[in-house]
Amino acid sequence: MTERAPECCLDLRGTPCPLNWVKTKLRLEEMEPGRRIEVIVDQGNPERNVPRSAKMEGHRIVHAISQNGAVRICIERAEESAP
Amino acid sequence: MSDFSEGQIERYSRHIILREVGGKGQSKLLESRVLIVGAGGLGSPVGLYLAAAGVGTIGLVDSDAVDLSNLQRQILHTTADLGRPKCLSARETMEGINPDVCVVPHQCRLDSANVLNVVADYDVVVDGADNFPTRYLVNDACVMQGKPLSHAGILRFEGHVTTIVPGRGPCYRCLYPEPPPPGLVPSCQEAGILGAVAGIVGSIQAAEVLKLILGIGDPLIGRLLVFDGLEMSFRSVEIPRDPGCPVCGDRPTITAPIDYEEFCRLRGGIESNPEVQS
Repeated sequence: MTERAPECCLDLRGTPCPLNWVKTKLRLEEMEPGRRIEVIVDQGNPERNVPRSAKMEGHRIVHAISQNGAVRICIERAEESAP
Repeated sequence: MSDFSEGQIERYSRHIILREVGGKGQSKLLESRVLIVGAGGLGSPVGLYLAAAGVGTIGLVDSDAVDLSNLQRQILHTTADLGRPKCLSARETMEGINPDVCVVPHQCRLDSANVLNVVADYDVVVDGADNFPTRYLVNDACVMQGKPLSHAGILRFEGHVTTIVPGRGPCYRCLYPEPPPPGLVPSCQEAGILGAVAGIVGSIQAAEVLKLILGIGDPLIGRLLVFDGLEMSFRSVEIPRDPGCPVCGDRPTITAPIDYEEFCRLRGGIESNPEVQS
């Protein structure tokens, strides 16, 4: 596998929107561009909203895998998230 | 992320979500220090929004007590505050909204002797004063110390607002070089003011201050935003920097704070003090 492993993992099951994204974003801000984070969110709204918000800020969704009623989303930090 | 408590993450979530703010921007707000001159019609919305936004230290200058006639527009204060110093009433309201905020009361009138010391402690200054002596004093002090200043004025159904960043645009004296003679321009006390106009114009000042701290967008530098509440319209007037401005010009003649009365007196006898010749 050439894929880099995520730098950290945030378990955001039970954290409602938009706080799950807020916590993801705060972590992304501290990471170097190109680094990856894995977040685990609930199915339903979180699984739609968190990737959408991440993409809106230019980050890349590497993959999203459903697993045991939750979704593991791997996000690669954008070059510079500032507008 | 570790710098924010769970409560702060939730409290500031709508800021942090903004691409232009984020956690870094919110941290800047929490570390910033803003001075509000006047806890009245303009100072009220400014104080409320800056406290809610998490501006970490907010200084408040006001020497007055809460009067019943204030409550129609000065929404920092309540009926229960009648007779109390505005500084203290305002502090209670602001810290009640957000305990992250430290409100520093300056229960005094600014004058040429204290203005530099008070202003020196802050990153950004908001002019919400109701009188010309204070307005000129605050402008001059901010230019001398290189502090960004949000200036606004309101009367009847109208208001204007501009942002002064010394070195990047004009100052208040570029626009109005000298104070009007006492009594020429009516005050809100004489002419009246629609309370909500204070809210609109003060809210613009609050937004400008937050933008300055965050370093985002285009502040009203070199622009006077004029609001007409009867027409419900805004227009933007370009204001140039005056190279001959006595305070921020190329060869400033006012280099230390001066009081309004003294300024008027000296204008009558300019030979005795060539320093204030303009």
